[in-house]
Amino acid sequence: MSSTGYIVAAWLVTFGVTAGYSLWVVLRGRRLSQEVPPEQRRWMTAGSRGRE
Amino acid sequence: MTTTATTSDAVTSAPTSTGSTATRVLGAASLVGIALLVVFGVFVSPPDKELGETIRILYMHVPTVSVAYLAFVVTAVGSAMYLWKRTEFWDLLAASSAEIGVVFFGLTILNGMLWGKITWGVFWRWEPRLTTTAVLFLTYIGYLAVRAVPASPRTRGTRSAVVGLLAVVNIPIVHKAVDWWRGLHQERTIFGTLKPEIQGTQAFAAYLGLMVFLLLFAWLLIHRFRVAFLAERAAESGLEGAIAERRQEAGQ
Repeated sequence: MSSTGYIVAAWLVTFGVTAGYSLWVVLRGRRLSQEVPPEQRRWMTAGSRGRE
Repeated sequence: MTTTATTSDAVTSAPTSTGSTATRVLGAASLVGIALLVVFGVFVSPPDKELGETIRILYMHVPTVSVAYLAFVVTAVGSAMYLWKRTEFWDLLAASSAEIGVVFFGLTILNGMLWGKITWGVFWRWEPRLTTTAVLFLTYIGYLAVRAVPASPRTRGTRSAVVGLLAVVNIPIVHKAVDWWRGLHQERTIFGTLKPEIQGTQAFAAYLGLMVFLLLFAWLLIHRFRVAFLAERAAESGLEGAIAERRQEAGQ
């Protein structure tokens, strides 16, 4: 493979993996939102929840 | 009456995804930044005198490693705060940041290998910077593995916080490896030096790359933290449901 091929591959891999991971996170968030009761989807207000 | 109304409000206004106004603004800014980075990094920026066309890989390599370091530092801060405050927020923040850091650090290794293939003729050499990089990567894979071990949230949080604090010690070793030992990896050219060796459009593309990946990190961290929070609530709901089922079975 030529150097141009490796450079193109680097850009494709970087943004491809970033896009794939981002999509996985967003879709997982949507799926979990369906599973969790609405009154518990309050991440900012439950931030100080203890672990006792 | 008031309680019913409050619960009803909570249900109707509950988010249906991990998105919010902040994430939408960050996401839009990231997309614009990526488009600009492609234009400047691939088409506008001239080849470097020494690095030639391979500098185009460094427009991603340097930002991804910088953001990965930042993510691991956030993990260390979250770990320390968790051991002190013992709150879920710090534990989930540390874990979310570690996962994003592993993704960006993995990308750093991958595009670094492609750069190495052009420059050195091989994808990998066991020289000081690359060896310490591999150790750092495996350490954070270990952090994620520790989190996957079944345990109570408190035990899991404590174990991973200790690993998160120990792992961050590797970062200065990786960063200074090019100064401390002789190896193939080039020295710092842009960040961490008072006299950057690149100027003009090249410097602009490099700093733009850093800005874009910082925006992406912020966007991902918010989403990933909320996913982690929802996963905890889903696990609790599942556990409570299973306990209720067993009690019902035992009562019959």
